[in-house]
Amino acid sequence: MMDSLQELYQEVILDHNRRPRNFRAIADATRQEGYNPLCGDRLVVYVALEDGVVRDLSFEGAGCAISKASASLMTEALRGKPLAAARQLFADFQAMVTSPSSEPARDLGKLTALAGVREFPTRVKCASLAWHAVNAALNGAAPAPVSTE
Amino acid sequence: MATTDTAPATTATTAAVTPYAVALLREEFPILSERIHGKRLAYLDNAATTQKPREVLAAIAAYYETANANVHRGVHLLSERATAAFEDARVEVAAFFHAAQPHEIVFTRNATESINLVAHSWGGANLSAGDEVLISAMEHHSNIVPWQMACARTGAQLRVVPIDDRGALDLEAFRRLLGPRTKIVAMSHLSNALGTVNPVAEIIAAAHAVGAVVLVDGAQAAYHMAVDVQALDVDFYVATGHKLYGPTGMGVLYGKTALLEAMPPFLGGGDMIASVTFEQSTWNVLPYKFEAGTPHIEGAVALAAALRFIQRVGFTWIGAHEAALLAYATEAVQAVPGVRLVGTAPVKASILSFVMDGVHPHDIGTVVDRAGVAIRTGHHCAQPVMARFGVPATARASLAMYNTRDDIDQLVAALHETRKVFA
Repeated sequence: MMDSLQELYQEVILDHNRRPRNFRAIADATRQEGYNPLCGDRLVVYVALEDGVVRDLSFEGAGCAISKASASLMTEALRGKPLAAARQLFADFQAMVTSPSSEPARDLGKLTALAGVREFPTRVKCASLAWHAVNAALNGAAPAPVSTE
Repeated sequence: MATTDTAPATTATTAAVTPYAVALLREEFPILSERIHGKRLAYLDNAATTQKPREVLAAIAAYYETANANVHRGVHLLSERATAAFEDARVEVAAFFHAAQPHEIVFTRNATESINLVAHSWGGANLSAGDEVLISAMEHHSNIVPWQMACARTGAQLRVVPIDDRGALDLEAFRRLLGPRTKIVAMSHLSNALGTVNPVAEIIAAAHAVGAVVLVDGAQAAYHMAVDVQALDVDFYVATGHKLYGPTGMGVLYGKTALLEAMPPFLGGGDMIASVTFEQSTWNVLPYKFEAGTPHIEGAVALAAALRFIQRVGFTWIGAHEAALLAYATEAVQAVPGVRLVGTAPVKASILSFVMDGVHPHDIGTVVDRAGVAIRTGHHCAQPVMARFGVPATARASLAMYNTRDDIDQLVAALHETRKVFA
């Protein structure tokens, strides 16, 4: 495999693609659909807030390795976070995947594994799909699917 | 022109492709020698757009260097040259599709616009509540949405002919759905997502028997097989230049004279009028009634060059070459563990849609791209087809005249690599 491919499909991403964490529905949670019209992929995220804290977070749906792994890693990263910190991480994640690949990636712990998409402009939206859905859910859920476009 | 000398013999019996012939043909396409991520380019996304031979590129430059002016209006020599080049192109397009008259060829932006023109103009004048528009379950969005819009405007109803598990049209269902309410049948000649070739002659004859007109979407077919609109007796046939080894932004609509004459204009503006006053305007004759505004002049000129190129190679050779390569590719791709084909109709051409166990098509697309292989991944603007086969997307390799076994071998090697990454 070439370097940039290795960078994109790191072991942590392949692992979360194979065995996505929190891959389930949550009853009584805010449900938000995310849709990438470029590829037709749909993910549903479930966000359960309690006292201004993300008590539980999960997702379902079909997608590519990048979108699944990103959603899976996201559920781990956001669980237990206060609302303000969750929103901040969304902003930091967006900034990381859209920053120029010539710059060193911002360290976001395990999420830094997704910085490899910067070399693949057509795949950035795959990485941000679940995040856009969660951000909408944190803002009270949109009636229509959140689109990456 | 090198191709005149090097294009292989076009008799069916000698159409077996020699590597020598294809190698020479490939030299006519400069982009094929581009390096992609440092690798040889295996361009297998021809159903999205084909690459352009040198003489098409030269035709565009020559037009701008020697003839550029606006058409149909100027009295100066350059305008005469531009008009002649543009109208000569129409004559060549008409001959390519075997239209009876050049004015039966309307230039549009693309096949999508051609369908919209018919759905809007013919549909507006001929559809009303109680009428039915019959399409198929394998259509591209461009042959679904314009009809949905026409139905919404007129109160007509959209009916859909199902396809079977191989992706072939259900002809029995087609005959059942066809009836006195059917005003128009709109179907693809060759499915972009599945590769299915529809029996259009049979469809047209059956539709005519109940008094319906037929539009055939030839966007995918026209660069793979000879199309004779008079022999087919088709009412409307649409195609697009950029899949015919020509430029983008250059679409074709063929329509029978009587139908086009009876239709109101589509877009209003310059060139499409005979006279204008603030009280009333009158329409120009065919085909100008449907060509408002300054047209894509160099597009028409370049399309004519592309059609000359295709005809020199010849559809007998192209058909035999692509059929042999599709058979080779079908076997080779299917032999990759975990790969399943989507679209296995008995009559197919040029398109190989597939999925791989446990690997999303987008991930396939990214890995093979790094190996120099260009394929399409996604829903191919045919979401109902994806739903029919229960997949969110497929990977699609699609062939053109310049593809070789090397391209297929490179794809297959990249698919093995993909499996390794996601093992």
